Amino acid sequence: MNIIPREPAHLEIENITVAYNGTPVLRDVSFRVPHGTRVAIVGPNGAGKSTLFKALVGLLPLRAGRVLIHGLPLGHHLDCVAYVPQREEVDWRFPVTVADVVMMGRYGQLGWFKRPGKNDYASVARALAQMNIAELARQPIGDLSGGQQQRAFLARALAQEPHILLMDEPFTGVDAATQEATLGLLDQLREQNVTVMVSTHDLNLASSRFDQVLLLNRQVIAFGLPKMVFTAAHLADAFGARVMQLDGVAVVDDCCPPE
Amino acid sequence: MNQFIPHPSSFTEIGMTFLFEPLAYEFMQRGVIASVIVGVLCAVIGCYVVLRGMAFLGDAMAHAILPGVALAYLFKGDLLIGALAAAILVALAIGFFSRQGTIKEDTAIGILFAAMLSLGVALISTIKTYALDLTHILFGNVLGVSINDLILTGALALIVLVTIIALFKEFLVISFDPVLAATLRLPAELLRNVLLILLALTIVISLQTVGVGLVAAMLVTPAATAYLLTRRLAMMMVIAASIGAFSSIAGLYASFYSNVASGAAVVLIATIIFLIAFLFAPARGIVWRGRQ
Repeated sequence: MNIIPREPAHLEIENITVAYNGTPVLRDVSFRVPHGTRVAIVGPNGAGKSTLFKALVGLLPLRAGRVLIHGLPLGHHLDCVAYVPQREEVDWRFPVTVADVVMMGRYGQLGWFKRPGKNDYASVARALAQMNIAELARQPIGDLSGGQQQRAFLARALAQEPHILLMDEPFTGVDAATQEATLGLLDQLREQNVTVMVSTHDLNLASSRFDQVLLLNRQVIAFGLPKMVFTAAHLADAFGARVMQLDGVAVVDDCCPPE
Repeated sequence: MNQFIPHPSSFTEIGMTFLFEPLAYEFMQRGVIASVIVGVLCAVIGCYVVLRGMAFLGDAMAHAILPGVALAYLFKGDLLIGALAAAILVALAIGFFSRQGTIKEDTAIGILFAAMLSLGVALISTIKTYALDLTHILFGNVLGVSINDLILTGALALIVLVTIIALFKEFLVISFDPVLAATLRLPAELLRNVLLILLALTIVISLQTVGVGLVAAMLVTPAATAYLLTRRLAMMMVIAASIGAFSSIAGLYASFYSNVASGAAVVLIATIIFLIAFLFAPARGIVWRGRQ
């Protein structure tokens, strides 16, 4: 198996406030994620889902509150949080191959000035095989299809051997095969006790394939089991008039982001 | 008829004379070595300049070292040391002004660049031999490289290249994926400053061969050419370095035989190579894509 957490990963977010370019995006957000839990983060565009992820990896500073991983503040666990970015955030013209990108997942464990060794190459090969893109290893990253690019970044996250995996919109704009590969990976990660947090627009997927749902709109609207979170009142709170109930299924009209 | 066609063996003779005659002069030997060092160094760090979109920064930094050079000249100090101090000051100042997000980086660069250039011109205009000195600083004076210059150039070049190789994967990550750099807890700000200082060192070394006016071309052109020819960073650096070295040597010979300014000849040859790659590069060149 690829990922063997050294200890169960649990994540505590305590009253965090995060600002982006000076304006607070998230206010007073608190929740706790037990180890090995699969959490869907749902909310309208601009709710602060990506901002939350960036705060969790330490990319955006906390204005208030704190984030504890294994009970210790952010930064104590150098290599335990992996992040799969949205595709728009990556420069696809950069001269790197798929194998180069996956190898970057190993850099945290390699440390300064060291070159990758046998173990690192083996780990990269395993991650590529697991995501079913071994034959693309030598391809430039820019030559891949959208789904293949996403699988390359999932393979990199695997090579990182994280305790906590954050994925930003992995189900948006990908083909069915990639969506299945991603869901399959989530099942494997559950067996390995890796905590997974995924932001998604797909409410049905969130309620059917996830243990817990965090409904977010600048603050926590609701957090807990899907059936507790997805109530008409909560959804109206988060999405306003853009949510409709059709035969008991919530439908969100969220294709056109309000600018 | 026969007498107009040289004997085959004399072709090689002519070729040998063509290649070795300039090297009979010691100033040419030093010039060639200095040019190759600069060509290689600019091309390697130029890969990051191209990939990170720092071309404007490189050009600005080159102009901003002028006051440092002028002060060193006025006080009879070493020009390279003066340039170095000014370049590092400017690199850190740009980081300082843009870090808080108060003003955009290219705005900070624009302000500092113009201010430093003006200060440099003001200082140099107080010198009597103003025109000649300014020409040497702006366009280089590769045939005036002394043995001490050569040693300092070599030492600085070694420092820059060793740092780039030692920090290869760190620079790769902060350039390709800043978010991953953050999750790996890399000190991105520090690494960015190290890269700026390496760029500053490179520009200072280039002062003597291509001058502040043309250093941006040596940073950008070979790297941009290499970018068209490969899809891996390490290979891009090797190809860029080869193009940089070749252009430097070819430019110097062109300058020796046709008496054109050497810095300009080097840059023009690098540009011709770029145009050839732009047209004919496999998969990316215009001609290739037209055939698909």
